Amino acid sequence: MTIQFNDETFRDDYSFRNSDRAIRRFPFPFHEDSYMYSVNMEQHRGGPKDSIYEKRFDVDEHYLSEMRDRAQVLADDPLRCQSLPHMTLAGWDLLELIMVSKSEDYPDLFELHRDGDTWRWINKPMGIDDTFTFLDEATLPYGPMEYITRQAQGDFAVLDQRDDNLWMDAGMITTQADWSLDFDIGMNFFEWHAPVPLAHEKGIFVRALKFLLNIQQGAPARRLNWTMTVNPLLDTSPENYHKWGIQKTTLTPENIGAKQHLRVELQTFFRLPRSNALVFPIRCYLCSFQDLMTAPKWGRRLHRVIRDLPDELATYKGFIDNKPLMLEYLSKFDDGLPTSPGIWPEFETEPPLAK
Amino acid sequence: MSKFTFPKTILSRPVYGTLEPRTGAAHLFIADAEGAEAILDVATPDMMARAHIIFIAKGTDYEGALKALSPAIFYAGPTYSAAEPRIHKTLGDAKMGLQVYLAGTEGLMGQAMQAATLAGIPHTAIQTEHRGSTARRMQCVHCKGITEDVEVDPFQCSHCGLHLFVRDHYSRRLAAYQGVCIDAEDPGNVPPSKGIYQ
Repeated sequence: MTIQFNDETFRDDYSFRNSDRAIRRFPFPFHEDSYMYSVNMEQHRGGPKDSIYEKRFDVDEHYLSEMRDRAQVLADDPLRCQSLPHMTLAGWDLLELIMVSKSEDYPDLFELHRDGDTWRWINKPMGIDDTFTFLDEATLPYGPMEYITRQAQGDFAVLDQRDDNLWMDAGMITTQADWSLDFDIGMNFFEWHAPVPLAHEKGIFVRALKFLLNIQQGAPARRLNWTMTVNPLLDTSPENYHKWGIQKTTLTPENIGAKQHLRVELQTFFRLPRSNALVFPIRCYLCSFQDLMTAPKWGRRLHRVIRDLPDELATYKGFIDNKPLMLEYLSKFDDGLPTSPGIWPEFETEPPLAK
Repeated sequence: MSKFTFPKTILSRPVYGTLEPRTGAAHLFIADAEGAEAILDVATPDMMARAHIIFIAKGTDYEGALKALSPAIFYAGPTYSAAEPRIHKTLGDAKMGLQVYLAGTEGLMGQAMQAATLAGIPHTAIQTEHRGSTARRMQCVHCKGITEDVEVDPFQCSHCGLHLFVRDHYSRRLAAYQGVCIDAEDPGNVPPSKGIYQ
């Protein structure tokens, strides 16, 4: 299919919108009517047709606008993209993975022509046609990780594996849920997750690390994670928190449906072949409450999840002050009917709202 | 008493121990202020014969006692940044078998740890012992400016002027804790500062 790319913004006037198609394929992160941390990993081997799981790197209607927003973030703060000196080879691995995957999965949008070390990369939506020498940094306008992640939606953390641990040693991080690459770069798996409440005590990180250390080439994994964002702001960074934090206080009963967004991360994990590093793409999807409520199942379930969420989690995710306003809005979409298992909206079979 | 028991907290925060004598081809001690007491406690004549002590007094009176240990090399610097070129040179010239001992404030140990790891010594091979002030070295996440010896929370960034909440999240690479704007969601509502461990 040919994708119509939106011309939209994720800042200032917030002209970001989801089409009907984007709403239907939104990765709603709750497979049941409650939520608690878990090591909710599964194989990343495709998924239902046209779902966000179908391709290795999903390209959607927001692609060009997201790449424009990323370029703006990097111009304002180049420290959002960093790579420690030993991570350059992993950057080449990542460039290869994305170029091969995108050219195979979206042949109408991307082409990769390889003749030995001479590679030609064509990115039609972005109007890029570059020929370079693989593994020769001097032939690209940026380092390999930065070059390719300026052309791929979502954040990318590139993790070195040594001493039975993973180390956050490189990344392109401009659409983050309030964490700083510049501060966390060089940390190990437990250190960069240190501020997360409850999960350490539940042994989540010990088990997750064990799983991740064993990810093999050609067998990527995935999980969903979520938080809440007022306005469709991609760059919810700690660096700029003193500028965007105030937006959390602008919700009213009248505007909450349009302004409050569920922010979902599709996290995938790929082993890289030469460096043995692990790349951790963190793809951010945003959907307003009012768009989510078009799926009766999601309306019922989101109300129940937020209502029953422990306060520690609502605090950590930064929406404890807005929780009462959210519940007041969401309760109107919960008629008490049961919901079907799984994350999909089930538009055809789920009963309409009965109130 | 110069020892302080830190409350249990998150996993990125460094944990300090008690210096123990180790066998080594050479011994490098870097300490500030009351950190001198940790050196005095661990020193043996055998170690001191192959020791280089780098000491920042910070207004304390330990210099004489340290010199009396008769280390092979003794240096007293006025500030850490004044001593920094010497520290990098010493670590760069170091040979296999060097033992590194850090003692004193978190800011001193963090920065010396950073210098040692930059020189290729794994952080797990370096001994540390906290003594004296519990002040923190803090990076403002907003302007990236680092402020030394922060004793209160919240504190005002010495670079950009924002009022910052002092987190326990710590970066070994920056040798600093993280400070985050405390009144972003309610501008002007800054609670009175108190000591970090009060």
